[in-house]
Amino acid sequence: MKRRLLLSTAVLGALSAAGTSQAADLTLCWAAWDPANALVELSKEFEAESGHTMSFEFVPWPNFADRMLNELNSGGQLCDLLIGDSQWIGGGAENGHYVKLNDFFEAEGISMDDFAPATVYAYSTWPKGTPNYYALPAMGDANAWFYRRDWFENEEIKAAYKEATGDDLREPQSQTELLQIAQFFQGREIDGQTRYGASIFTERGSEGITMGVTGALYTWGFKYENEPGSYDMEGAVNSPEAVEALEFYKELYETATPPGYSDSYMEQSLDAFKSGQVAMAMNWFAFFPGLYADPNTGGDNIGFFVNPPQNQAGSTLGGQGISVVSYSENRDAALEYIKWFAQPSVQATWWELGGYSAHNSVLNDPGFADSAPFAGDFLEAMNDVQDFWQEPAYAELLLAMQKRVHDYVVADQGTAQEALDKLIEDWTEVFEDEGKL
Amino acid sequence: MATPVKPIRRAKGLSDRAIAWVFVAPSIFLLLAVNIFPLIWTINLSFTDFKANRNRDVEYIGLRNYERILTDSDTWLTMQATAHFLFWTIFFQVLIGFALAFLINKKFRGNDLWTTIIVLPMMLSPAVVGNFWTFLYQPQIGLFNYMVTFFTGGDPSSFSMIGEVALAPWAIVIVDTWMWTPFVMLICLAGLRSIPGSIYEAAECDRASKWRQFWTITIPMVLPFLMLAVLFRGIENFKMFDLVVQLTGGGPGSTTEVTSINLKREAFEKWRTGYASAYAVILFVTVFGLASIYVKALNKVKDR
Amino acid sequence: MSFSVTEPSNSQKWIAGILVIGYALITILPLIWIIATGFKSPSDAIAYPPKVIFEPTLEGYVNLFTTRTRVTDETLAALGPPTTWYDAIVRQYDMIIAGPSRYGERFLNSVIIGFGSTFLSVFLGTIAAYAFSRFRVPLKDDLLFFILSTRMMPPIAVAIPIFLMFRQLGLNDTHLGMIMLYTAVNLSLSVWLLKGFIDEIPVEYEEAALIDGYTRFQAFYKVVLPQAATGIASTAIFCLIFAWNEYAFAVLLTSGTAQTAPPFIPTIIGVGGQDWPAVAAGATLFLVPVMVFTILLRKHLLRGITFGAVRK
Repeated sequence: MKRRLLLSTAVLGALSAAGTSQAADLTLCWAAWDPANALVELSKEFEAESGHTMSFEFVPWPNFADRMLNELNSGGQLCDLLIGDSQWIGGGAENGHYVKLNDFFEAEGISMDDFAPATVYAYSTWPKGTPNYYALPAMGDANAWFYRRDWFENEEIKAAYKEATGDDLREPQSQTELLQIAQFFQGREIDGQTRYGASIFTERGSEGITMGVTGALYTWGFKYENEPGSYDMEGAVNSPEAVEALEFYKELYETATPPGYSDSYMEQSLDAFKSGQVAMAMNWFAFFPGLYADPNTGGDNIGFFVNPPQNQAGSTLGGQGISVVSYSENRDAALEYIKWFAQPSVQATWWELGGYSAHNSVLNDPGFADSAPFAGDFLEAMNDVQDFWQEPAYAELLLAMQKRVHDYVVADQGTAQEALDKLIEDWTEVFEDEGKL
Repeated sequence: MATPVKPIRRAKGLSDRAIAWVFVAPSIFLLLAVNIFPLIWTINLSFTDFKANRNRDVEYIGLRNYERILTDSDTWLTMQATAHFLFWTIFFQVLIGFALAFLINKKFRGNDLWTTIIVLPMMLSPAVVGNFWTFLYQPQIGLFNYMVTFFTGGDPSSFSMIGEVALAPWAIVIVDTWMWTPFVMLICLAGLRSIPGSIYEAAECDRASKWRQFWTITIPMVLPFLMLAVLFRGIENFKMFDLVVQLTGGGPGSTTEVTSINLKREAFEKWRTGYASAYAVILFVTVFGLASIYVKALNKVKDR
Repeated sequence: MSFSVTEPSNSQKWIAGILVIGYALITILPLIWIIATGFKSPSDAIAYPPKVIFEPTLEGYVNLFTTRTRVTDETLAALGPPTTWYDAIVRQYDMIIAGPSRYGERFLNSVIIGFGSTFLSVFLGTIAAYAFSRFRVPLKDDLLFFILSTRMMPPIAVAIPIFLMFRQLGLNDTHLGMIMLYTAVNLSLSVWLLKGFIDEIPVEYEEAALIDGYTRFQAFYKVVLPQAATGIASTAIFCLIFAWNEYAFAVLLTSGTAQTAPPFIPTIIGVGGQDWPAVAAGATLFLVPVMVFTILLRKHLLRGITFGAVRK
């Protein structure tokens, strides 16, 4: 009896040893953008330490949601680890795509208290705010602005602005001031070329225009529901403030963007800025290290500012958590990666390489705000972020908003009030189908 | 491979009937598995509230999906966008395609090579080509605006083919016409070449003018071919997805959201599988119905 | 030369020639532009006004086949001078080559799936067409019509149940699944075209062979197949071109392992912005084989198109 027991434990031990020491080839899926390259760099350390090899599947943003949600819904095994967008968490959790990480966190001593609360709330939890974790905050992000500092500090341009508007040219302190500055630059000749006001998000196919327009909506005080969790949207989604904000965004689009800017998202915004077309541009913090490093429009020629407040401060949340895909055959190795990634030292390197760590040890470091010209703005923006619906039906909710907003802002159909009224109808229908209304 | 037939003189190896079945069965089986079974499944799903991205109980909801689709004003807008696209692509392709075939039939030197060059676009991947056309359509940097304003004057950045509501429907018509005019041209050419020269000779003896010959001989003789070309282009463009999705993605707003794009959004972005299945059935019935009516008309023309 | 009233006059030929050549030149302009853009530098590609004359570079092709990361000046200095011409191109932008891109894999997938499905659909199509042409198959006309009608369905509509079926069978994003699907889609065209070609072969040849003691099967592959060779070849070209160009199924049913080039090429982006030279390079490599094919095999191809269409 004793021998058998011994034997079986030996076999078990051998098995489990084989299980952990066996080198796996992990595939990590994310969007194709600057931070992804940084993550490849960072992961080399993991490969050296663990003996596992890492492969990467990076999908461009306009196709990212489409392809990855398709992959998850088809039960695909392409990705072991997925850095999925914040809004996918509800679906990922409820449809069983993501592995629930609570037990793992507990066993490995990873505490969610070590991460910035806004990021834990947005990237990890489902239902929202409950201690049920389906991801580890991987990349903090928000939508913000950058501008041509060299133009803003040019005496001639400053004088012209003063003359045209009576105000001093500076980083805009409100949405309306931003519009005024953008309109000032629109069509202006600078260094022999025609320049334009601002490049903003107007993309139709994925999430572009929604991410852009919510930047305005939140600062006007837009709310999704009258009472959180009530799905009662009448009077919130179509409040007079929301209508005003939507009209503002349309005016910004019509009077202060480069020609043909009807379908632009991250890349087009960057293109316009780097090619010297625009004075200001909106984009995610994720791109700011790359923008700052740009030999022509970076360095001293670029400045950054948080999405300016209007009635209140507010920024559109970006960013992602890292999850283990439940269809993966390399679950243990994938968890190992997350354990490695959560270490403060790795998180510090992550920020150095151009990733936005959400770890408190990085963010609360006294030197953080001065570690990059946009680091302080990042901390400020993350204080007032709001996110789109994170419901399991998020895709339907998003597509409805894409359509209604694009129809109004770009295709010039109907009024802002009608667009938002219709949006409530669409959303109500979705929640009714969900059995939540 | 079929079993090698032993050289015993059992008449002629496998019986004809057996060979017929062995030869036809794999095709039929594959088509049943990949076409018919899915079609039946789609019809079945169209009566449910199934969502392929959710693990929840599926309920039969009768005709509710159909009712929702047919009463939704957005459905009719996508139908309108599709109709606009269909009508004008066919109009231009028939016009230009027939003209080209007529000219090529004059058999000038080197017409063979030039015909091949004209045919090139229809051989290429619509998605890849469509994607590149978005570059050609860029205001300022794109070739298209530049060429247009080179001839008409004005500022190349003053308009945006895929960005403006008024122009976007034409942007997709232009690319589709560029791609598929050669198809109509080839069919017309086959029609023109099928006309025996003796008919014209007889007409010449009757001193019929060239103009009269064109209207009384050429057009009626080519008409069945032309109608056939219209049928194919009609079916193909009703299904149109890759080219338009790459060019405009349905935008701006929903101006160029043809039915296939709408269907894709419902089925693979919103994952309303049941709803999308009903939509698919409606589209199938529409194409099938229209095509059947058209084929009847075509046969009448042929019999004339 | 005998005078014929139907023979166009010389002046008519001239006018026709000029008009057709004019149209042909306009029609190939976008294609030439794709090829040219592949050899431009990124800044030349987005120059305003568009550049017709430019200094050719292989940057687009280097960017197409590699992934690159930006590094600091110190790292760059520590690396020493570039050892290869492609390294030198990348270094201009303070970047280094991090590894190969996915383009090669996607291209290979296109080749595997394209040729695999073409072989199968032509093989199955030939034997089915032979049976339809020579034997009394019950419900023949219905079957043929049914085979054709399956092509009326929009691909997205077909993709819904196929997606669910593939998910059940684990065929999503596999080469096998895509080959099966493309085979099924091409089969209708293949049967239809080949039946026409085989119908044209006189039955007497086989009857003679059968009298000589051939089995039905031997008569098929020793007599009928060689006669149908050109028909089979042009059918194969059509199937290959369809599979090569297909986008809708590929974008919905593949994500990585078995993804073909058409859904991939439009997603090539550079660091911060659409990398048009790389997109153009990818498109060129993908489109040029078909262009060359079309020009080389124009007789078969053009005959096949009209033949297939007019028969229907």
